[in-house]
Amino acid sequence: MTKTINLTLKVWRQKGSKDKGRFDTYHAENISTDMSFLEMLDVVNDQLTIDGKEPIAFDHDCREGICGMCGCVVNGRAHGAEKGTTLCQLHMRHFNNGDTIAIEPFRAMAFKVIKDLAVDRSALDKIIQAGGYVSVNTGGAQDANAILVPQEVADLAMDAAQCIGCGACVASCPNASAMLFTSAKVSQLALLPQGKPEAAKRALNMVRTMDELGFGNCTNETECEAECPKEISITNIARLNREYLKAGFFSRSM
Amino acid sequence: MSQLAQRQAFATFKTHYGVAHPQPVQKGNTMALDAKIPGGPIAEKWDRHRFELKLVNPANKRKFTVIVVGTGLAGGSASATLAELGYNVKTFCIQDSPRRAHSIAAQGGINAAKNYPNDGDSIWRLFYDTVKGGDFRAREANVYRLAQVSNDIIDQCVAQGIPFARDYGGLLDNRSFGGAQVSRTFYARGQTGQQLLLGAYSALMRQVAAGKVQMFPRREMLDVVLVDGHAKGIVVRNMINGQMERHAADAVVLCTGGYGNVFFLSTNAMASNVTAAFRAYKKGAFFANPCFTQIHPTCIPVHGTFQSKLTLMSESLRNDGRVWVPKKPGDTRKPDQIPESERDYYLENKYPSFGNLVPRDVASRNAKEQCDMGKGVGETGQAVYLDFADAISRDGRDVIAKKYGNLFQMYEKITADDPYETPMMIYPAIHYTMGGLWVDYNLMSTVPGLFVLGEANFSDHGANRLGASALMQGLADGYFVLPYTIGGYLAGTAKANVTTGHKAFEESEKQVTGRIDRLMSINGKRTVDDFHKTLGRIMWEYCGMARNNEGLAMARGMIQELRAEFWENVRVPGTAADFNQSLERAGRVADFLEFGELMIIDALARQESCGGHFNEKFETEEHEALRDDDNFCHAAAWEHTGDGQEPEFHKEPLVFENVKLTQRSYK
Ligand SMILES: Cc1cc2nc3c(=O)[nH]c(=O)nc-3n(C[C@H](O)[C@H](O)[C@H](O)COP(=O)(O)OP(=O)(O)OC[C@H]3O[C@@H](n4cnc5c(N)ncnc54)[C@H](O)[C@@H]3O)c2cc1C
Ligand code: SF4
Ligand code: FES
Repeated sequence: MTKTINLTLKVWRQKGSKDKGRFDTYHAENISTDMSFLEMLDVVNDQLTIDGKEPIAFDHDCREGICGMCGCVVNGRAHGAEKGTTLCQLHMRHFNNGDTIAIEPFRAMAFKVIKDLAVDRSALDKIIQAGGYVSVNTGGAQDANAILVPQEVADLAMDAAQCIGCGACVASCPNASAMLFTSAKVSQLALLPQGKPEAAKRALNMVRTMDELGFGNCTNETECEAECPKEISITNIARLNREYLKAGFFSRSM
Repeated sequence: MSQLAQRQAFATFKTHYGVAHPQPVQKGNTMALDAKIPGGPIAEKWDRHRFELKLVNPANKRKFTVIVVGTGLAGGSASATLAELGYNVKTFCIQDSPRRAHSIAAQGGINAAKNYPNDGDSIWRLFYDTVKGGDFRAREANVYRLAQVSNDIIDQCVAQGIPFARDYGGLLDNRSFGGAQVSRTFYARGQTGQQLLLGAYSALMRQVAAGKVQMFPRREMLDVVLVDGHAKGIVVRNMINGQMERHAADAVVLCTGGYGNVFFLSTNAMASNVTAAFRAYKKGAFFANPCFTQIHPTCIPVHGTFQSKLTLMSESLRNDGRVWVPKKPGDTRKPDQIPESERDYYLENKYPSFGNLVPRDVASRNAKEQCDMGKGVGETGQAVYLDFADAISRDGRDVIAKKYGNLFQMYEKITADDPYETPMMIYPAIHYTMGGLWVDYNLMSTVPGLFVLGEANFSDHGANRLGASALMQGLADGYFVLPYTIGGYLAGTAKANVTTGHKAFEESEKQVTGRIDRLMSINGKRTVDDFHKTLGRIMWEYCGMARNNEGLAMARGMIQELRAEFWENVRVPGTAADFNQSLERAGRVADFLEFGELMIIDALARQESCGGHFNEKFETEEHEALRDDDNFCHAAAWEHTGDGQEPEFHKEPLVFENVKLTQRSYK
């Protein structure tokens, strides 16, 4: 049933990466419970604009949980408390009339705040650049069905491949590690025959780059898995570790 | 660009590909455009053309810089492939990462003529289906080439490690999809676009690491820069700090997607826009068939004025879901209380051989027709049921969950209804735009050196796109077509070595900055979104699923008024030299306010119905689109002649030598 609720928002406002930032309080009134969280912010922003104030900056694009562009910390939880849900897919029916909601950007050493809730996650692209691909040029590939992939393996690879690169795992990790993100790509490609030849080297290079970019180490806190909107499993981290060990072994024996 | 300047540009430009560039061949407004379709039988055209194209010497490729705007399937694949070939590539996108382009949201799948299921598919059949599905308003030669390279795409994607669905033996699985009677659609759960895009993105990242692609995210292209009539660069706004940046190159490739957001509510991502294409139009690139827009039959219905976008439910659902409404208008019973005998499975009844799988335009119009008769369901009466009860009892819940689980989950998140238990409610929504910048067979626009790929061009889908064929087209253009054809242009044109100090850049930047300053200084009373919503309502009402001449004429006036008000009364908060999302949107909406009028001009000029363009005056007795092949078997390409002036009409006559022009029938 659709109804309307009134909320108090404590929103992190920060002019730029050098500004210190602070929480400001806003009232969101007559919010339909059918709205998404971002639509609620749209309503607040419209009012701020009319009142001659600056609207709250936040990243978003697809608004259907697939592009990975949205995301902030809602009441201490990345993408809010609903399991397996991105912020754009979080609906206001999960809040109650009179609630106070704290909204902050994803925080991590490797993610600088650009403005308010928008952060710079380009470090995630750099991790992929370090090896998150199969080294194959366009053209000349053999017939697609020449490579057989058992269904269970394809399914496991697909589970890992669903990562949307949102960075919630980083924001929820006490060490701000990007291990879940990195392991998802390493796993997908290590599982498939196409990615096997480079699997060990890929793991080594991606992890090394992750460290260099200022992400922390993984100490098995498992918070990443709990907050991941795509429910990427931490078994992928174990798979990454195996590839990583192999790589270490190879590099010593070479 | 004025017509005169356009002609001069053509005149300074004669030799690329060894053939003359599109030349206006007739005087007045009936000038025909030359698409430069190679001669010979259709099946040999592409091979022959590739042979005849001039090549750039491998050692010389690194001397050329190519700008690619957009990192969806088209731009991502083009950037990676051009870099692999040795060109220097500069790639731009609006999002913070190239991986987030709107292509990521595609759900259902991608077509190819592999015929793995051995059900009678072939390149010819895919070609035939696409031409017919497009209601005979696409260019045969392009469509044939698309079908030809479709198989290479699948091979390429598998080699990249894309986890397509597999059968128990480990072979690739296929399904049938929107309007096809064979199973030719490859898919990765309900996230095919995501997986294909991540494949192209990873190829792109590999080239970034190799130093062959320079990536510029969070940049919005605001102008194409022409030097001596050729595209030689772009001006972009850095969206983090608001600074203007100039970039020069030997050619510019636009892969900037579709303009569905002119309707405000659509299934497109929020940043999808017409700005890049429209700026190119203003610089002399002709815009083709802007009125050809696609309404997708299976979206989650609108449920409030606050709504910011619509969500597609992949039409793969129509393979197992059955569409129905109550037989009796005004029936408000819950779906489970309406007995079988009082349900109208209108698609199955009306189209026995295609049933629920009729093409999108047909399915959408039928849904509207049922709702107009008062048989719509849900709170607003603007919805029909899509029911999985039969499929679940036939195949079991697990099988259905495996196929559509993520879609069902998405539906439940948005609506709080569980589609395993109660039928989904769906309604048509704007989804795709077949119109786009006019391109020749080489994917080059009427501006020499400006190429257009993917949804941003107009060429392959005619008046209606079949499901799973946009992904195919984007990747065909980027992986397998442009990398050859751009070589023909570069090899056949004298290298200009333009730098960003050139006065053309200066003028362009001045103009762009001037427009931004104007937007910032209005300080009116209405928000950007408010204008956008009003425009969207006008477009949906009068230039949406069904159109008529009176409504279109009226809408044109309404848009002109709205545009005038926008420039006096919009409020853009903040400053220009900052991360300013209101300003970004304001620029896009300003373009939509002009572009919407062009759509209407085009819709009025096309006095027939075809595919997604349905003019109520032209329908068969069974309410299907009635084409007029004698007068409208052409692509309409519009030339900008100056602000406030009527655009000039050009046509590219379409010749059907291989697929016979017939009335489409899906009975
Ligand atoms: C919900 C949904 C589901 C779909 N499902 C399917 C499907 O199952 N099968 C199918 O075949 N098709 C499907 N489609 C259609 C298909 O996804 C699109 O047509 C296709 O992905 C478009 O790709 P593109 O590369 O042309 O553009 P896009 O993916 O839209 O990319 C546009 C790029 O251009 C950039 N850009 C735009 N403007 C500017 C600018 N001014 N400056 C700088 N950069 C700019 C953007 O940042 C982006 O990188 C679906 C579409 C939607 C909306
Ligand atoms: S692993 Fe999950 S939380 Fe981390 S980036 Fe991927 S989708 Fe986001
Ligand atoms: S906006 Fe795309 S995932 Fe939320």
